[in-house]
Amino acid sequence: MIDTFDLMADADIKTLTEALPGESFEVTAFTTPPPLADATVAVVTTASLHHPEQDDFEVMDTGYRVLDDSRRDYVTGHWSPNFDGSGFAYDMNTVFPVDRLDELADRGVIGRVADQHLAYAGNQFSLSAIRVDSGPAGAKFLRDQGVDLVLLTPV
Amino acid sequence: MSTLAHVFEAEGIATVALGSIRKQMESSAPPRGLWCDFPLGRPLGKPGDPEFQHRVLDVAFSLLDATEPILVEFDESIPDGGDTVLTCPLPPRNDPDAHPAIDEAHGLLPAYLRGVKMSDGRFGAGRIVMADDIPAAIEAFVRVSEGTPWAEAGIPGLPMRVSHDIRSYYETAALAMVDHAPPAWASTRWFLDQTETGKVMLAARQAMQDQDAPQPMWFYLTPGDR
Repeated sequence: MIDTFDLMADADIKTLTEALPGESFEVTAFTTPPPLADATVAVVTTASLHHPEQDDFEVMDTGYRVLDDSRRDYVTGHWSPNFDGSGFAYDMNTVFPVDRLDELADRGVIGRVADQHLAYAGNQFSLSAIRVDSGPAGAKFLRDQGVDLVLLTPV
Repeated sequence: MSTLAHVFEAEGIATVALGSIRKQMESSAPPRGLWCDFPLGRPLGKPGDPEFQHRVLDVAFSLLDATEPILVEFDESIPDGGDTVLTCPLPPRNDPDAHPAIDEAHGLLPAYLRGVKMSDGRFGAGRIVMADDIPAAIEAFVRVSEGTPWAEAGIPGLPMRVSHDIRSYYETAALAMVDHAPPAWASTRWFLDQTETGKVMLAARQAMQDQDAPQPMWFYLTPGDR
């Protein structure tokens, strides 16, 4: 057992959180995407990002927010103190690399960047609602936008 | 996050998941996972370094060539030794009658406002406590640190969220006072170890624990390494 007052660094916070229970899946679904150069790519982050006018994420909020790619006014709403926020403050691409995806699309490495991305809140105590409800709903939303490939980023 | 990877794949969308905690990646086994030993909060590794970020993305997207579930380790780590502290000035005392933490918070407001502009508002106070009200929120934690029962101290919201706004206020101000991307956690350590308000928050956290406050109420006032 870790004495929380004796911890010293990022690695110790990881140790504190690495044993948190997750969902187990008996079968690992595996979808083959189209060639990357033809794929429509979205980012799905668990950094609790949202636009300023959208509702902030409450503690244990298992919903998602739709983030427009045409905007860059993304705000972090993650309530956990256990991550560094200065990287995202300095450069949003540290968490949400939409500028990098734009560059890959310009170079023809990926087909196109999706018009909309999604954000969920990480650090959940229970993942069952995401597994059976908001996760599939978010996937359907992106699939309806023609998204083939999702890059998942945490904080 | 790996749960989302499993769900999205089952719904017909291919995924590549970045992750910073190896054991979580191993136990949750996303269909295509790239473990990057980077500080928490920096899944692309290095802020302001597009070349490095592209290298991460190149490896991530290369996992699409796999024909079965795969977990790969990125070939460069960004270790955090726990001892890097931002070098950042603090305002001189202005109001000798004010608590040092409150005087300090007032003095940082101009830097905070510059930091908000620099970060395009991505980070900062305002989730529960607006910037102008940060000194009053700090005052509530001063009362806790001095013995007032935490539930009677006037904390203007859920303590961990108020604390988050106070920390973000300080770290946003710090961002404006340095001209580079700070190493991970450096501005948090500056806040907790070098500012008057940091001392107040650590003392209030200890006081709440001593008052037998519910564990989440005090534990999440600061990162778990405190």
